[in-house]
Amino acid sequence: MKKVYKVEVDCANCANLMEIASNKVEGIANANINFMTQKMGVEFEEGADEKKVMKAVLKACRKVEPDCEIEI
Amino acid sequence: MTRKQKKMLIRIIVSGALLAGLQFLPNEALSFLDDKLFPYAGRIAGFALYFVDYLIIGHDILRKAAKGIVNGRVFDENFLMAIATIGAMAIAIYENGDYVEAIAVMLFYQTGEWLQSYAVGKSRKNISELMDIRPDYANVERDGEVVQVDPEKIEIGTVIIVRPGEKVPIDGIVVEGKSSLNTSALTGESLPRETSEGDEVISGCINMTGVLKIKTTKAFGESTASKILELVENASSRKSKSENFISKFARIYTPAVCGSALALAVIPPIVNLLILGNAAEWGTWIYRALTFLVISCPCALVISIPLSFFAGIGGASREGILIKGSNYLEALSKTATMVFDKTGTLTQGVFEVSGIHHNELEDKMIIEYAAHAESASSHPISKSIQKAYGKHIDLSRVSDIQEISGEGIVAKVDGRNIAVGNDKLMKHLGITHIDCHHTGTIIHVGIDGEYAGHILISDVIKPTSKEAIAALKKAGVKKTVMLTGDSSRVATAVAEELELDEYYSELLPGDKVKKTEELLARNESENSKLAFVGDGINDAPVLSRADIGIAMGAMGSDAAIEAADIVLTDDDPLKAAKAIRISKKCMRIVRQNIAFALGVKAICLVLGALGITGMYIAIFADVGVMLIAVLNAMRCMLVKRL
Repeated sequence: MKKVYKVEVDCANCANLMEIASNKVEGIANANINFMTQKMGVEFEEGADEKKVMKAVLKACRKVEPDCEIEI
Repeated sequence: MTRKQKKMLIRIIVSGALLAGLQFLPNEALSFLDDKLFPYAGRIAGFALYFVDYLIIGHDILRKAAKGIVNGRVFDENFLMAIATIGAMAIAIYENGDYVEAIAVMLFYQTGEWLQSYAVGKSRKNISELMDIRPDYANVERDGEVVQVDPEKIEIGTVIIVRPGEKVPIDGIVVEGKSSLNTSALTGESLPRETSEGDEVISGCINMTGVLKIKTTKAFGESTASKILELVENASSRKSKSENFISKFARIYTPAVCGSALALAVIPPIVNLLILGNAAEWGTWIYRALTFLVISCPCALVISIPLSFFAGIGGASREGILIKGSNYLEALSKTATMVFDKTGTLTQGVFEVSGIHHNELEDKMIIEYAAHAESASSHPISKSIQKAYGKHIDLSRVSDIQEISGEGIVAKVDGRNIAVGNDKLMKHLGITHIDCHHTGTIIHVGIDGEYAGHILISDVIKPTSKEAIAALKKAGVKKTVMLTGDSSRVATAVAEELELDEYYSELLPGDKVKKTEELLARNESENSKLAFVGDGINDAPVLSRADIGIAMGAMGSDAAIEAADIVLTDDDPLKAAKAIRISKKCMRIVRQNIAFALGVKAICLVLGALGITGMYIAIFADVGVMLIAVLNAMRCMLVKRL
């Protein structure tokens, strides 16, 4: 399952770090952050609870970039 | 400005004002406190005032730095700034010196960050607007009233209404109305396209003059505008080598800089103390090390490279060149070999009458007779003759039509016996014909048993093909190659006309892949890429096999869009040359930015280590380089006149 979320991140490097962090979250098959369009494309693993996974993603992203925002 | 940016701006102004105000605080006031209360009271009060100001401007940096350490990410720029300013503060307390420096550095840094965020946000918006072809609504008639509906909810086959000035939201067929459409957002073509009943229209065009009623043929998500947007918006997630280089670089760079700074702080004083026997001068060297840290932040580099690519992709999409990723933009700039499909790419792929030879009558007459004789046939060749005639065909003038399979047609037109067909038909009827030395399909015409001449029908080379090949050569493409399934005679003619370097004819679709692989194998170095240009019909395998697959005029052909790396919205081969020029310009700017940012950084680092530059200059240099790099990156967007 694929979904797109709006994100708010201020620097390109932070977006890279967030992408790396997101991909390590359980339940994520693939995540990429497009800094320019401020969008995050997420591919969930089968059977994953997307709300729970996205919360974990946000938490992981906040660790690398405390200012970031993801509209879940 | 976003809410965050506004808040930051207020903080910058407040702390700046406070810092300026503190400069007017007379020293006497503080020494007065010393006398009144206890020794050092004035010094503590002074420090407290400055410290509050420091917290106003820098509290988030300190917080982020602390969080970074907790989360195991020590060496980021927040950490650098926190260490540098706290260090400067500590030196100031120790020496009862100037607190201004620490605050000013933080202030400059935050101003720089703010400018960066503002500039990048603004650029991002500019580029996004450039690509904004997303329709927001569709008009539908319900119970005699026109209502606006979310285009996603429109079902296939619904009739939608598009008024002048509105975007066509969904692909469809015009069922009522006449108008001209502005397609520039899709194709970069500035001439409006006329459209009327029965014409197909694609979404993303702007309706200019009249009201159109359109019956939709696709769902919103499958429509051209949505497809293009999806393609372009996902483009920057495929990262180029330059971008990957920057990410890797940043990962090694920051720890390296921190190590050097530590060495700078520790080694010279120890050398001074132990070997030279001088005073250690710890303060001076620690200060230099901190300056070194401040200068080292690699923001300019990290921000400007992806921005350049994004701007380039945005600018190109405005010109009708859709690039699927920065990696393809980068590869395109290294194109050494460009391979073309012939039919539909270099030639128009439709048959046209290109000549009439050896006729006894007027050209017009021969076409008129032939068109009438062929009036019952729907063969592409007959169609092209009828098209060349261009006038209404009066069926009452034609009688006794007789089709001779594999040979042609015999019919009576205006009472005269007309025979139209190939040489077999002529032989069959005992008419001596003259062969043609031109390439193409030859249609002989006989009137009342006499030879009347022949009509040459051929696939026409696109008017811009020759110019495009020349432009490619000029743009640095070393070799142009044509692959075709057509006969070698036709291929030779086209290749000579267009001055192509190589051509291979009579290829089956599978052979095209093989030939492409052979050509790929000939490209010895990493830096010479092979691009294939095709019209997307039957060449999807080749498109995906080439380093860069370019599909032209492919709007509507999903397979081609899937397989290609670059999609040209119309079928003008000149666009291929333009795409290469855009990619070259973009890469030039990327390289400029890398060299500029790294160069200035290196100079500043050396000056900082030698103690020639202070922290102020360091921050100025940093913000300045960043802004110049961002502005330079935006030049990638300007590709209209390229």
